[in-house]
Amino acid sequence: MKRISKTAHSNLYTYGFVIIAYAVLMLITATGGISSSLKGQLVPICAYVVMAVSLNLTVGVLGELSLGHAGFMSVGAFTGVVACISLEALIPLAPLRMAISMVIGALCAGMAGALIGIPVLRLRGDYLAIVTLAFGEIIKNIINCLYVGTDSRGLHISFLTNSDALNLGEDGRVIIDGPMGISGITKISTFTTGIILILVTLFIVLNLVNSRSGRAIMALRDNRIAAESVGIPVTKYKMMAFVISAALAGAAGTLYAMNYSTIIATKFNFNTSILILVFVVLGGLGNVLGSIIAAAVLTVIPELLREFDDYRMLVYAIVLILVMIATNNAVFKSMLRRVLGKIRPSITKDVKEGP
Amino acid sequence: MGRYKRPEIKLVPVPSPNIIPERDVDKFPVLEALNLGIDFGGLTAVEEFNMAIGCTEIAGLIGPNGAGKTTVFNLLTKVYQPTRGTILLNGHDTYNMNTVQVNKAGIARTFQNIRLFSNLSVEDNVKLGMHNHIKYGMWSGILRLPAYRKGEKQAHERALELLSIFDMQDLASQRAGSLPYGAQRKLEIVRALASGPSLLLLDEPAAGMNPSETDELMENIVKVRDAFKIAIMLIEHDMNLVMGICEGICVLNFGKIIAKGTPSQIQNNPEVIEAYLGKKKEN
Repeated sequence: MKRISKTAHSNLYTYGFVIIAYAVLMLITATGGISSSLKGQLVPICAYVVMAVSLNLTVGVLGELSLGHAGFMSVGAFTGVVACISLEALIPLAPLRMAISMVIGALCAGMAGALIGIPVLRLRGDYLAIVTLAFGEIIKNIINCLYVGTDSRGLHISFLTNSDALNLGEDGRVIIDGPMGISGITKISTFTTGIILILVTLFIVLNLVNSRSGRAIMALRDNRIAAESVGIPVTKYKMMAFVISAALAGAAGTLYAMNYSTIIATKFNFNTSILILVFVVLGGLGNVLGSIIAAAVLTVIPELLREFDDYRMLVYAIVLILVMIATNNAVFKSMLRRVLGKIRPSITKDVKEGP
Repeated sequence: MGRYKRPEIKLVPVPSPNIIPERDVDKFPVLEALNLGIDFGGLTAVEEFNMAIGCTEIAGLIGPNGAGKTTVFNLLTKVYQPTRGTILLNGHDTYNMNTVQVNKAGIARTFQNIRLFSNLSVEDNVKLGMHNHIKYGMWSGILRLPAYRKGEKQAHERALELLSIFDMQDLASQRAGSLPYGAQRKLEIVRALASGPSLLLLDEPAAGMNPSETDELMENIVKVRDAFKIAIMLIEHDMNLVMGICEGICVLNFGKIIAKGTPSQIQNNPEVIEAYLGKKKEN
């Protein structure tokens, strides 16, 4: 019973951290103490936090390397925005429309995840990484050739030609215009929506990890052969983690897309997948709070480094290297532990119990 | 791997001479291996493996290194699909089953090189053993429905109960990978027991234990058998343990059974002595 309350404790810290960060940022925004460029980053930060937490489920908890997470974000972004535009007349209330769009985005991304998962999850290690990487590129290219429009008769979809082939009626509107993506989106993502999505994501991921299913997923990571020997079906639980991870990425994609007036498929490329993987690795595999902090800090840093101009990415790289060196340094770690130990005595106790 | 359905064969339970002497002759054996064999490429690793284990018997599988003992375990648990022969578990053919299904049907095992979920706690390892006995699904877990609380509470109590067999209930919250070697071996047995098997396969349970730990283990194996009323088959090199607790012993050499019988029969069998010590020089 003691252990259960301990994990519940650390989960509360994570929720608390997000809520306090929200309160503080809202306060700063209200008093005008935040630059406009940083203010514009708030929703993307939320989206990246959700992406990092969801990828952590695949990489940290399931232990499989996925390099195509931006692909699921892309699926969620485009289906979510299409849903939102189609529902504009039906549901005038923006927050409700946003919520429904995110659910649709998540469902579509989850389905894409299931579709990819069936062949891919039979592979292991590097092969899985390669296939997910290819998948991300495929999604990008499919959406690049996709034309979707809406009129009074419903949705029209066409491939590879141009928007004229959609045969739209007079009241028609082109939503996805091939490589031009979607333009003219009504920005209805707000920081509050983002925070709610983060909290929902945390609720799903943390509760899943601390349940029967989550244990099974972690067992696959630790020892697949032993897991099979005690009757844990491998494919089922790999699929579960992968699909949930993809669905959450889809919701994050919708949130992200609804923050811009235009969105194009090439935004969700390999670089985005790697960026999110960097958040997860730097935050610590399997460490949810770490993912949140890493995603937030590493999204803000490039903004803060604007004054370095051309050297911006160079400085960014140096910061990344320093973080990696620092987190692997024994002296730094023990220092951090002493400081944290004063706030949370359980940390130092945990470490002493360890190997 | 293609798992096509094989035509049903009428299987008549064959009594001895293929059977290790049984404790409970009146009952159907828990496991029967009939003419079991496997080839890896051109190499025959195990052939003509015939034996049966009684419902509450402790059986030993011994033999020199490389004789194919662990391969037999891997065949029984379907880590390898046998090239030839039939495995009957509680009277059911396991031909179309995979490892997971074989476990659900009643075989649990431990491994020669310990395979714990080392980053998880001791209690979680045991709970994973009883994974298929905890009855709540993914949504109950995410939404924390009453089924979750009930299931976890029962699992927690059962886990501590099982750990107490080996006096390990105080270690429940420790990380499994941080336990000492002997405790890890015991935890693996508890995890296997948690899955509710009718046959427990132990692959070198006493490896790396000192004599007093081995004695304790021997007592515990018998205790487990008596408490759970299950059959236990073990691979072991410690002859003290094998001769001390096994009721039937099967000796394997070069993938073939060279002798079967009670401990005293095995000890005096010239072929067994030859397999272990070599042939006397003829002059």
